[in-house]
Amino acid sequence: MNTAQVFSIILTAILTENFVLCKFLGICPFLGVSKKVDTALGMSVAVIFVMLISTAVTYPINSLLNQYDLGYLQTIVCILVIAALVQLVEIVLKKYIKSLYNALGIYLPLITTNCAVLGVVLLNFDNSYSFGLSMVNSLGAGIGFLVAMLIFAGVRSRLETADIPEGLKGLPATLIAASLTSVSFLGFSGVVDGIFG
Amino acid sequence: MAKSEKCSLRKEFTKGLLRENPVLRLVLGTCPTLAVSTSMVNAIGMGIAATLVLICSNIAISALRKIIPDKVRIPAYIVIIASFVTIVQMMVKAFVPALDEALGVFLPLIVVNCIILGRAEAFANKNPVIASAVDGLGMGIGFTAALFCMALVREFLGNGTLFVDAQNLLGVFGDNVLGGFNGVTILNTPMTLFILPAGGFFVFGILIALSNKISDKKKLPKAELHGCESCPLAATCSKVITKKEEHKV
Repeated sequence: MNTAQVFSIILTAILTENFVLCKFLGICPFLGVSKKVDTALGMSVAVIFVMLISTAVTYPINSLLNQYDLGYLQTIVCILVIAALVQLVEIVLKKYIKSLYNALGIYLPLITTNCAVLGVVLLNFDNSYSFGLSMVNSLGAGIGFLVAMLIFAGVRSRLETADIPEGLKGLPATLIAASLTSVSFLGFSGVVDGIFG
Repeated sequence: MAKSEKCSLRKEFTKGLLRENPVLRLVLGTCPTLAVSTSMVNAIGMGIAATLVLICSNIAISALRKIIPDKVRIPAYIVIIASFVTIVQMMVKAFVPALDEALGVFLPLIVVNCIILGRAEAFANKNPVIASAVDGLGMGIGFTAALFCMALVREFLGNGTLFVDAQNLLGVFGDNVLGGFNGVTILNTPMTLFILPAGGFFVFGILIALSNKISDKKKLPKAELHGCESCPLAATCSKVITKKEEHKV
């Protein structure tokens, strides 16, 4: 695990293969919770938090499964562990770290079925990253989610005052705005290979 | 009696196709819709896989609805759904390996597809087995149809082809089915943007606008994402952010 590899994974996850805008993971919160910058920020920080914790917990469990040739149980075990973990984290935060709970608590139950969290865990296994690199990739994916959410929340606040044709008002306009945001991320394709290639 | 039963079953089946189409009307399962609609073969494969899981999980959950305690129903549903996803995943890996490669992580991610958990919560835990199976079939076909429409537009404009790599799916039935048909090329200079992620959002937006237009004529409400309210877990989640609170947060 050298520095160049770490940076290359982080930059890939944030820019060239942004989880939301390029890999289409976590679209529900991206479209649903991005109306205001504050909520977008809270949601994304909660997602980063859960991504890191679930990667840390599922990595040893997965190695254990592989050791006993139970790799096919991966999906069931991962989703259960993540669901239980989110509940547990919520309880612990509520009891001990009240301020963090007030900031993130409302978003935690929503994250259980967020495909970005299960997605990053499964992608880490598919790429057979080491523990350190898995954590790095999860952090990058989370930051990528944050960046996409914040940019899109900004775009949407401008969209509210825009003059949109009647037929496109509401969800269609939001999706087309997401499409344009995604186009802007196309500009990064090849950047990481260019730096580290 | 028998007649009215048949009639209601037909209603359960057809509602998933148009009036309550999971993708275009309820805006559920957006992630797989956007991700796998780059080619028609992938879209059909994903649709079939999700439909199988949906029918099986609806049947199992409906059959167990009186046994599963209310308080732990969501974890129980997740276990049931995840088991069927694993079965489907193993079958795809064994019989259609090319599709497994094309769908990648989105095959196991059927677990968190909100259509499936949503149907379990909204329909299967209140209705008898046969009605739930029919509901699953209708919703699954509705999902597949929406995916197919998206993929048709995206593959045609973005890749200039129709049904490219059809042998990936047809290969299940043996070699050289349909004379080795492997898709047709129509446009020689396609607009690549449409198979890129940006094109996915764009085509989806236009499709929703069209479906809104049709719903408008039939006096149905527009398709809209309601944040928390559209989440299938909203009923169990103690902290649903209602519209009023959202302004405060």
